[in-house]
Amino acid sequence: MWPVQALGGLPSEITPQLSTCLNYPLYIRSTPMESELKFHYMVHTSLDVVDEKISTMGKALVDQRELYLGLLYPTEDYKMFRKLHNSYTDVMCNPFYNPGDRIQSRAFDNMVTSMMIQVC
Amino acid sequence: MADEALFLLLHNEMVSGVYKSAEQGEVENGRCITKLENMGFRVGQGLIERFTKDTARFKDELDIMKFICKDFWTTVFKKQIDNLRTNHQGIYVLQDNKFRLLTQMSAGKQYLEHASKYLAFTCGLIRGGLSNLGIKSIVTAEVSSMPACKLNLHFL
Repeated sequence: MWPVQALGGLPSEITPQLSTCLNYPLYIRSTPMESELKFHYMVHTSLDVVDEKISTMGKALVDQRELYLGLLYPTEDYKMFRKLHNSYTDVMCNPFYNPGDRIQSRAFDNMVTSMMIQVC
Repeated sequence: MADEALFLLLHNEMVSGVYKSAEQGEVENGRCITKLENMGFRVGQGLIERFTKDTARFKDELDIMKFICKDFWTTVFKKQIDNLRTNHQGIYVLQDNKFRLLTQMSAGKQYLEHASKYLAFTCGLIRGGLSNLGIKSIVTAEVSSMPACKLNLHFL
């Protein structure tokens, strides 16, 4: 389970991977004009925030959607989240992909590009 | 999901394929079992992502185990796990009294010595599934009388 952020103003998509021990982005893409370093910092801090939220989780009804809404953007981006998650699942099923690597699939890239075009 | 005979037959061929292409000494030192388990691991990772696409986040480990015993097992083996026991401290024992991959083999003690080969993939399957849900584990299997089998999960 993992959150996706589409930061308006900094048009970009990230796919972080979360598990109890690993906590790093699997895929980062941003439009070249923004300052990438600042963006990377933001990405890592937000991953830490999610990590925190998960570790204090004790509530009965924490599902992934709720966590997502707790982040930055309103529900219309949930469609995007689904698309991203579905593409991530497809990447997982690709025999040439070793889980934990950076995602290098072209199909995934194309899907992200089309999503970014929609946003900006 | 594909017909279960397909998976069963493919799995049998996979086991004999691994053993046929085993090098000198690999059969004794268990490398073949490791290979099968690793195959199951990778498959389990992909499978669990597919299956949990639409399910809500799991509340805790027990919730995950219930998912594995019911939905996961049903989708893969067309039946649920018959018995789940735990000590609530990371040890779980799953009991399947009619394990699909062993039902065609024997109904008692015949071929018992070969049972572990046919369980390695499934152990890896569970371990891979758990791994992508964020749980590191060790999964082993024991068969005392076909086609019943016990799977021991140890969460790390």
